[in-house]
Amino acid sequence: MAYGFILDDHTSFSAWRPLARQCFLADRAPEEIEWRCASAETTLFDTPLVAPTPKNGAQPPVLRSKCLALLRSILRHADQTRFALAYRILWRAQTEPALASIATDPDIARALHMHKQVREDTHKMTAYVRFREHGEAQNGRRSFYAWFEPDHYVLPSVAPFFSKRFVDMDWVILTPKGSLAWNGETCAFSPTPCAKPKLSDDIDQLWKTYYVSTFNPARIKTKAMLSEMPRKYWKNLPETQLIPQMLADAPARVAAMAAQQPRPAPAFHHRLQQRRADVENQKGTDSALREVHRQSPK
Amino acid sequence: MKQSLSDRLALLSDAAKYDASCSSSGAGKRDSAATKGLGSVSNGICHAFTPDGRCISLLKILLTNFCIYDCAYCINRSSSNVPRARFTPDEVIWLTLEFYRRNYIEGLFLSSGIIRSSDDTMSQMVRVARELRQTHKFRGYIHLKTIPNASPALLAEAGLYADRLSINVEMPTERGLADYAPQKHAGEIRHSMGEMRTHIDAAKDRTLTGRKAPRFAPGGQSTQMIVGADQATDRDILSSSSSLYTGYKLRRVYYSAFSPIPDASAILPIKPPPLLREHRLYQADWLFRFYGFQFSEITAGRPDGMLDLELDPKLAWALANRAMFPIDLNRAPKEMLLRVPGLGVRSVQAIVAARRHRQLRLEDLARLKVSIRKVKPFLYTTGWSPGRLAERQNLRQLFVPQPQQLALF
Repeated sequence: MAYGFILDDHTSFSAWRPLARQCFLADRAPEEIEWRCASAETTLFDTPLVAPTPKNGAQPPVLRSKCLALLRSILRHADQTRFALAYRILWRAQTEPALASIATDPDIARALHMHKQVREDTHKMTAYVRFREHGEAQNGRRSFYAWFEPDHYVLPSVAPFFSKRFVDMDWVILTPKGSLAWNGETCAFSPTPCAKPKLSDDIDQLWKTYYVSTFNPARIKTKAMLSEMPRKYWKNLPETQLIPQMLADAPARVAAMAAQQPRPAPAFHHRLQQRRADVENQKGTDSALREVHRQSPK
Repeated sequence: MKQSLSDRLALLSDAAKYDASCSSSGAGKRDSAATKGLGSVSNGICHAFTPDGRCISLLKILLTNFCIYDCAYCINRSSSNVPRARFTPDEVIWLTLEFYRRNYIEGLFLSSGIIRSSDDTMSQMVRVARELRQTHKFRGYIHLKTIPNASPALLAEAGLYADRLSINVEMPTERGLADYAPQKHAGEIRHSMGEMRTHIDAAKDRTLTGRKAPRFAPGGQSTQMIVGADQATDRDILSSSSSLYTGYKLRRVYYSAFSPIPDASAILPIKPPPLLREHRLYQADWLFRFYGFQFSEITAGRPDGMLDLELDPKLAWALANRAMFPIDLNRAPKEMLLRVPGLGVRSVQAIVAARRHRQLRLEDLARLKVSIRKVKPFLYTTGWSPGRLAERQNLRQLFVPQPQQLALF
């Protein structure tokens, strides 16, 4: 028999917090607690887990806000060892209050790395969700659907972004880690995994036109593109299927630009030049006249 | 023949892409929670990347690519044979809103060729911005290119709706501008920038009664210089940036490596400059904006006024100023840490925060994802002293990229 808990994969900070507090009040060190995920493979040596009982009169843990924010963030990570790491940081921070500020500490370095991945995932979600219009507008509100595959449990943290940005339309974001739905008043989060829907939108065609035209074939920097838009996002972005063709066409387009001989300017350029020359001449005549006027005796 | 919307979108975005600016940040935070409209602004998001390594954050288009100016470097100059097209303001508004709703973009970057007169063009652009804000309650990002010589009243109105205004200086030197853009005048461009700066500064102040002044382009102004079309050296370019940053309080100066265009003017060079040159200029720009360097320090190292293409400017500076190194990792002031090659702003912050509580060793830096190979000749700490390493004659050889054999065929 060992102390610990069996947790759902998507357990968030608010669900983990009372459990961690319980362990702390029972004075159980990190090594004594096992945080097991429900989806983890069961092994022969798995022992049944019991929750530790808090001791009477035990002092609750104290954390600085910086540390609390870090724990909150890493509990959105999909790594199943996040619970153990978070509890160890909580435990150690009682004797080392500034722990979260020491980025060179191995535990904190790992937590910061996870924090960075969560932040990245959140940011990429705000960038790469693509809404597709669905059906006719009802009561003046149009409705949109999106499919996205985040790596971590970031839906609740991106909800404010989407519901403060796309206020005047209804939308639903479906993901394998749950869904978000907005109706103009409230944003509902559900942790139930969703299946990929079939979505299409005619405006995608205009967007692709824009994507191809704004690309400059004379400067190819695929490494820069891939570092910001890794291939894992490509399958859900309408524009990325065009990339191979764009790259294949680029050398020929550049060669054509280099080979092109200067051509005579179009007629309207000559008309413009003529008009400009006329204006200059006029000005010249005017100033000459003024000069004559000025010099002529009154 | 009438062009379809899609054809015109292709033409007018192709014509706008040579403007490198795409940032959608710096305008503070706002959203539509209270206005029940559409759009928000925060730190700027890049919604897609094209294979040229540039991001798509804004819908970057021209209202029209007809232009009465004849600037040699520009694809839309009047003597070019590119097909011409124009959008109506309503079409631009529709495209912006539909793209925005699908989360393709952060907002609009509207520029235009100059038709009829500067004021006529500018007033059409202002109309787009005004209707987006007032009729459609759009709170996303709007960047307007200001047209040289547009009237101050139009400029003032543009600032009410736009988050950022910009006007391109185009060439690093006045001589270059006179040669390549005969109808543009450096003096007028600077005058326009000065005027915008006055407006922007005034909007940050309170009025006499203590009220907030009307908003004016909270994202500030930016500009762009074309690199490699004329003979200007990196020193010329950076000293021009220096005066733009300090004199006009620009938020950003963009460097755009001159890129071959279809139907190019005969006076342009045939070969584009290496893209690496543009990259080095941006690195130098970053050193100035975030690392406390002066541009003159960065370009002092080489007599020809060019930046080292093989080494990044910070490393090149450190190698030229070896007397200042090595420094003590645990005691050196933050300003000096920022000058160590291989340490970025973030890692310096982490070092300064961590060393209050612990003695740092070289191995600790590895956990901050710092390249030990790069920093170790410039630092000493418990358990590490660069000793002879810092005094080696051929220290540079440790850093320059290994020579590669050219392809035989």
